[in-house]
Amino acid sequence: MQEAVNQQQVLDSAEIRKDFPILERSVQGKPLVYLDNAATTQKPRSVIDAEAEYYLKHNANVHRGIHTLAEEATEAYECTRDRIASWIGGVAREEVIFTRGTTEAINLVAHSWGGANIGKGDRIVLTQMEHHANLVPWIQLAKKNGAELAYLPIDGEGRLDLSSMDSIITPNTKLVAITQMSNVLGTINPAAEVAARAHSVGAVVLADGAQSAPHMPVDVKVLGVDFFAFSGHKMLGPTGVGALWGRRELLEAMEPWQTGGEMILLVKWDRATWAELPHKFEAGTPNIAGVAAWSKAFDYLDRFGMDAVRSHEVEWTRYTMNRLLGLGFVNIFGPKDVEERGSAISFEVEGVHPHDLAQFLDSRGVAVRAGHHCAQPLTKLLGQTSTTRASGYLYNTTAESDRLAEALLEAKKYFG
Amino acid sequence: MHNHDHQLDEMYRDIILDHYRSPRGRKDVADPTVVNEGMNPSCGDEIEMKVRLKGDTVEELGVHCAGCAISVASGSMLSEIAEGRTISELKVIAAAVKGMLTTGEVPEEIELDELSDIEVLEGVRQFPVRIKCALLAWVTLVEGLERYEKGGSGENASTTEDANPTVIV
Repeated sequence: MQEAVNQQQVLDSAEIRKDFPILERSVQGKPLVYLDNAATTQKPRSVIDAEAEYYLKHNANVHRGIHTLAEEATEAYECTRDRIASWIGGVAREEVIFTRGTTEAINLVAHSWGGANIGKGDRIVLTQMEHHANLVPWIQLAKKNGAELAYLPIDGEGRLDLSSMDSIITPNTKLVAITQMSNVLGTINPAAEVAARAHSVGAVVLADGAQSAPHMPVDVKVLGVDFFAFSGHKMLGPTGVGALWGRRELLEAMEPWQTGGEMILLVKWDRATWAELPHKFEAGTPNIAGVAAWSKAFDYLDRFGMDAVRSHEVEWTRYTMNRLLGLGFVNIFGPKDVEERGSAISFEVEGVHPHDLAQFLDSRGVAVRAGHHCAQPLTKLLGQTSTTRASGYLYNTTAESDRLAEALLEAKKYFG
Repeated sequence: MHNHDHQLDEMYRDIILDHYRSPRGRKDVADPTVVNEGMNPSCGDEIEMKVRLKGDTVEELGVHCAGCAISVASGSMLSEIAEGRTISELKVIAAAVKGMLTTGEVPEEIELDELSDIEVLEGVRQFPVRIKCALLAWVTLVEGLERYEKGGSGENASTTEDANPTVIV
């Protein structure tokens, strides 16, 4: 097929797959088709080896010991920070804070920056397509500090409707938090346009990059946001590591969220002062092995470049959407134009509940997600109680999309 | 047939798919004594149950379930056996269904094979994440009935319409 040929020219997925041991396994007696990448991605051997190697050869705590292992551990840990700083657009390394993931990064901002800067009568603006991670922390903050919440609406194709943006991002808006790419709809949002409006009223902007950072080039300076949060495990890295980037002047003015070891300068019986950035926000022993191994994920993605990863996914998404729509009984949520979306494809099959569908697909070796995808209000807005989602990555092939489509056809017959 | 296909067919028995395609008990109940909603937050399944009691006996029961084949079929089967039974009988049956789906143990005095199609839900036990789908209707019924009992027999106290929905986790 034409699409398959084009895709071959962008990335050689067949070759790439050899680097991912788990993709060789079978599920229910059939070769695994892993299409749950928006939840978490599989890991290349280099990442798995790096995590093991850290424990086999370098294990020590970071930033304190005066011994060889501690120095090696610290170097591995700090190397990843440099990697991230250049990867998201060449920011200062001190502006990169390690967290457990996107969720913790957003909670850090909500508690530390939000707690001090958002008060009674202030407004927090979100979108209708936020993941619970970029929704619940703000609901809690609004409740605690007496702020109000407002939402940028979506249109019929699941794109942000910015026609009423100026009346929603009001002068009392202190923060706008927006996903750069929806985990349900796949929509890529015009974050820069929203950020410009937000800044015109003096608001601070946070972008949730959990879905965008793994799948497209990201430059936080071009985006024009003030905070950017993302996770390692959705981009080939280990679970339990993520990062928050924030503008230095904001981070410097913020009080630490968590306190304890590693984040102090001086401690007296009755008071303490804080370490410089980034350590002020990294209390306690971090996931050193995970952070060290995360750098191998960046290395892996850099072998191809994010432009190529994005191009591959555009073609894969186009092929997969056409294949599903061609079945005649599949309704896809989110933008129809693949240039406006990522590879997360949420859909419904008439007459088959998503959970029954996912169960049936599993029996055919196809792993998809069924549920509300941590976006309950959005799922309701779509008129669903749950949806089924297939999401691809650089190792997914159009042959796998065919397997998905064939299994859907079987499922339709089974339940229909 | 591959082993997993067999397991799948054991769960999605024809009887279950039949209940899913044409659920029984999907009706409105006039002057309900007990109204309860149940939900399964992890998958979004929702069920609404209305019961009119006469004394402690279920005179009429209606179930509306928006959910997967297993939860819809389970609610449909429940509606087939509920009418004419007492609250305490239904609680015993609900406990037996739970036993069948979890430990596999059913109290001796209960003959599930005599209770409509309920016994065919047993195949769900092999799919642990789906067990709560099969239990949703039963838990919603029992919680609704228990709230009714706690609230006494007064007309106002007996309705659970405004109470929090039953959440199965």
